[in-house]
Amino acid sequence: MTIAPEEKKALVPDGYVRLTIDGREVDAPKGELLIRTCERLGIIVPRFCDHPLLDPAGACRQCLVEVEMGGRPMPKPQASCTMTVADGMVVKTQHTSPVADKAQQGVMELLLINHPLDCPICDKGGECPLQNQAMAHGRTDSRFVDVKRTFPKPLPISTQVLLDRERCVLCQRCTRFSEQIAGDPFIDLLERGAHQQIGVAQDKPFQSYFSGNTIQICPVGALTSAQYRFRSRPFDLVSTMGVDEHTASGAALRIDTRRGVVLRRLSGNDPEVNEEWIDDKSRFAFRYLTSKGRITRPMVRGADGQLAETSWTEALRVAAEGLLAARAGGIGVLTGGRLTVEDAYAYAKFARVAAGTNDVDFRARPHSDEELDFLASHVVGTGPEHLSYSRLEAAPAVLCVALEPEEEAPVVFLRLRKAALKTAQKVFHLGQWSTPAVLRTAVELGSAEPAARDNLIPAVPGAEAAVLADLPAHVVEALTGGGVILVGERAAEVPGLYSAVAALGARTGAAVGWVPRRAGDRGALDAGAVPNLLPGGRLVTDAAARAEVESAWGLAEGTLPTARGRDTDEILAAAAMGDIAALVVGGLDPNDLADPAAALAGLREIGFLVSLELHTSAVTELADVVLPVAPDAHRSGSYLNWEGRRREFGAALEAGGVLPDCRVLDTLAVEMDVDLFTQTPAAAAGELARLGSGNAAAPAAPALAPSEPLRPGFGQAVLASWRQLIDDASLAIDEPALAGTARPAVVRINAATAERLGLAEGADATVRTERGSITLPVALADLPDGVVWLPGKSGESQVRTVLGAGHGDLVGVTA
Amino acid sequence: MTAPVTPDPLTPVLTRRWQSPRSWAIETYEQLEGYQALRHALTTHPDRIIQLVKDSGLRGRGGAGFPTGMKWGFIPQGATGPGAKPKYLVINADEGEPGTCKDIPTMMADPHSLVEGCIITSFAIRANFCAIYVRGEALHCIRRMRKAVEEAYAKGYLGKDILGSGFDLDIVVHAGAGAYICGEETALLDSLEGRRGQPRLKPPFPATSGLYASPTVVNNVETIASVPAIVMGGSAWFRAMGSEKSPGPKIYSISGHVEKPGQYEAPLGITLRQLLELAGGMKDGVPLKFWTPGGSSTPLFTAEHLDVPLDFEGAAAAGSMLGTTAVQIFNETVSVPWAVMKWTEFYKHESCGKCTPCREGTYWLVQILERMVAGEGTEADVETMLDICDNILGRSFCALGDGATSPITSAIKYFRQEFLDLIAAQPAVQRPEQLAELTGATA
Repeated sequence: MTIAPEEKKALVPDGYVRLTIDGREVDAPKGELLIRTCERLGIIVPRFCDHPLLDPAGACRQCLVEVEMGGRPMPKPQASCTMTVADGMVVKTQHTSPVADKAQQGVMELLLINHPLDCPICDKGGECPLQNQAMAHGRTDSRFVDVKRTFPKPLPISTQVLLDRERCVLCQRCTRFSEQIAGDPFIDLLERGAHQQIGVAQDKPFQSYFSGNTIQICPVGALTSAQYRFRSRPFDLVSTMGVDEHTASGAALRIDTRRGVVLRRLSGNDPEVNEEWIDDKSRFAFRYLTSKGRITRPMVRGADGQLAETSWTEALRVAAEGLLAARAGGIGVLTGGRLTVEDAYAYAKFARVAAGTNDVDFRARPHSDEELDFLASHVVGTGPEHLSYSRLEAAPAVLCVALEPEEEAPVVFLRLRKAALKTAQKVFHLGQWSTPAVLRTAVELGSAEPAARDNLIPAVPGAEAAVLADLPAHVVEALTGGGVILVGERAAEVPGLYSAVAALGARTGAAVGWVPRRAGDRGALDAGAVPNLLPGGRLVTDAAARAEVESAWGLAEGTLPTARGRDTDEILAAAAMGDIAALVVGGLDPNDLADPAAALAGLREIGFLVSLELHTSAVTELADVVLPVAPDAHRSGSYLNWEGRRREFGAALEAGGVLPDCRVLDTLAVEMDVDLFTQTPAAAAGELARLGSGNAAAPAAPALAPSEPLRPGFGQAVLASWRQLIDDASLAIDEPALAGTARPAVVRINAATAERLGLAEGADATVRTERGSITLPVALADLPDGVVWLPGKSGESQVRTVLGAGHGDLVGVTA
Repeated sequence: MTAPVTPDPLTPVLTRRWQSPRSWAIETYEQLEGYQALRHALTTHPDRIIQLVKDSGLRGRGGAGFPTGMKWGFIPQGATGPGAKPKYLVINADEGEPGTCKDIPTMMADPHSLVEGCIITSFAIRANFCAIYVRGEALHCIRRMRKAVEEAYAKGYLGKDILGSGFDLDIVVHAGAGAYICGEETALLDSLEGRRGQPRLKPPFPATSGLYASPTVVNNVETIASVPAIVMGGSAWFRAMGSEKSPGPKIYSISGHVEKPGQYEAPLGITLRQLLELAGGMKDGVPLKFWTPGGSSTPLFTAEHLDVPLDFEGAAAAGSMLGTTAVQIFNETVSVPWAVMKWTEFYKHESCGKCTPCREGTYWLVQILERMVAGEGTEADVETMLDICDNILGRSFCALGDGATSPITSAIKYFRQEFLDLIAAQPAVQRPEQLAELTGATA
């Protein structure tokens, strides 16, 4: 008798099963799809319809494998993308099973009989799953000698997305994406059998902000973009990972360039942030890099009153002299939403060190003092450990306040929709009408039941804070215990709303997240480009905090200004009054401010104006010195997204003669005999990191009483307004195909109010103030009585510029 | 396996009222014992009806032959958990298989037997809603079913508190839009829900997640129309007909080259030889060449198979399937490749397009067969067709693809020489050498 050491078999962990794939034993979590388990073992089963973020379909039948259960082989090969693992299962893939291999080759041959051999002119050629898998798993020749199926091509799905139906393998990834992820089924299957094809409804308008994702997940060259079609071969492209500069999502991008030109942008894969999805603006809006309005040379306004190109030396000298002369009279620093963390830090430091002021503000939009207090008490210094996409997805309930997620934070919207669909998360919206985002984050209780569309908490503009203070009990209950409140920057337009959000957060224990619209806002806050905070969330009024910064910056004690500075509106008002002598402005559009006319007056009246800009703008038109700065593609840097997560990116293209803001400011400061030490983004980031955050306790939350909404008189209505994702944004220029997918600008009003005001659906209505009027067709929606809605900056509807009014103001409405 | 042949093989159970004047009217039905089974069923416990049907050995008449009582038993019951969901009964009346013509005549001649069966079944599985999904082309039949349902409501057999039992049931007669795929039960459910009619991924099965994601029984018309007779006659009476594993009577739909085509109800296990006698023999005495035992999706039989017992086991043992007992008879004047081409054109037309093998495979097979019938086939085409069929069978998403291969593989099995003769005899192609080049070409 021989004694052999007893072979010890590891126990199968709880919630796992043990199976054998191609002779290798593997433990897999229960419910895992076979194809995923194979992937983990490094066994790649070919597939087309399978996508890890979409529900299984089993449509293409490419991933067939042989399966044995309980010692008995299943009679047919099984689709590994739909079959879940089971204990004791024995799986043989194409590597060990002739049956699976034959099945896969057979399906591949069938897929190819109707596929054109146009790879040499197809956008996908070279990065095509069909091409690659046909090479790996297909026959070398075809037995098909008959007639291939053809279609007229291409079929425009929208101005941006084109479809070549003969290339389509009908995997349904695109239709499943639009149904399951975006929830805006703009394309669907039509016809049947060999005539089955992807198509669009003829009577419904195309409306999707996420259509570009379908191009990216198409496993063949069937879906292409008007922007990239026939422009390049994938193997000529150089890819760089980037970060979305259009929204505060922090979405990962892949930027593909060729010979110094960005040719396309794709979604990067970051499961913690944007998964694999981005919105169309982030994907397609990059032609601003090459637009005619780009400024690449410094300009100085001459004696003739005209701007003229000049050398950097000359421009910096003129700027420095002007600013030095103005220093005694006061210098204000205004920035906008395009700034990276490093740039914002440079502006913040420039204001304190070179200009000697706290008059610095990043908020290039309606803002309030209450907001500053809220940001200081609830937002600055927080990171993903406080509130992240994952935490948001896992929350049982979410309340959006002054935030229209699909328009203002599309990637956040996708998470909310995912959670609403998968885990029945309750997503409440404090808003004015049942927008597409409201409808698509409603919990669907099965097809037989009507959708539970009670997730809109309606409020008359101006009454949001009062409504928040008196929420329905079931909403408060849902938020209590793990709920999340997302508040948008528009809360600044309603006095008392930030205070009410803070109070609700305290009352329910819900995590409060601030979701600004622009990419740079969150970083600018933490970098100290605000009147009340130094970098790292240090209060300017806190002597100890000031001393920390002074020591870090090598300044003499007591150098930093001690009083809270003025905000954007106050700085511009002071400029108009002559209370400030000079302004340094970077990335601000006066038309985005609460009162564009007042802002322009300030910019006109200011004694000396330095503008750091990408493009000619209303500010550069008035500037004494214009200094060009580098867009993201030409520089490195980082953004803080709404979570407070640092999102670094590298330069996709060579600098090309333009410098980032932080470098320009550093050089300008040197001309002014001050050192900022922000020569490079890395240097600025390093210094900001060393500075860290202050130790002082967070200041108290604002506690403003809720405001009363205005009461419309005869022929009047209260205006509700927010920006649409695809509108007249400055970074979305020169992309007509993208602009074609914008939602049309309409006046929204409810039926009763429309009747009272004599308006008819589809007919024009005019919204007017003393300043001007906007005329657009009427669309009925479920707004509260006496409320009218306009998109903020879409075509005819330039609300702030034309009306001089905003959310919560009274406007006249006539037919 | 084979039941002893009685002197008169006809057993009119389902068809016994068909000859009565105005057999479709509720008055006629009631005079002929109609709705008696329902009165009886409503006095018993639903579980006893399920047990009765299990005991009777009734198997689904839609083609697959799944035990009906067992299917009903899968429906979760109970006040909590999955059993608390609403339950549904859905009748598959989307009869569309080439040759199959039993359900539409049943609904035309005796719609109330189906209505009564629906009520009893719904009572048994505790469903309060039943949908009858009728093939859209059968407009006359839809009207007749709707009228029958209307009559049943008027008489208190449907609606609230049926016959004072406290049981509620609503029946909706739903018109399909003419898609063969909607005879596949999950595609039918999607279509009924207003979606595109394409088969669903299984699991979950309809028994747990069917119509509107609720427990659902989907049964064929003939299956449910058999239920009142079983309730009246008992399981032993039912088992007295047919074979042990395939008990009961069955409507055989005989079409094609016979003297008297029509519906012949006989115990399961009858042979074609007997059926031909009933149908008056081959038309004009022209000999039999081939036939389908149960519609075009069941592999062909030839004159060798005259004595195969036509029940689920007998047909399977002989290499085919019982299917829907749509017996299509073809005499010696019919070209096999031509018939196979016509069938394949049907499958190509009706493939839903969801999965690759069925959508592309039928597209290809039709082209080969049409070319062949046009006299441009090659010998390689025969092998290619067999290989394509091998790549479809068991690889497609649902059974439609499998069914599409049956006529081709069985025809080549029994009549390969006819295909080869056709190829050899008809070189209609202008330049045969060009065809040879093409065959070797890469497309």
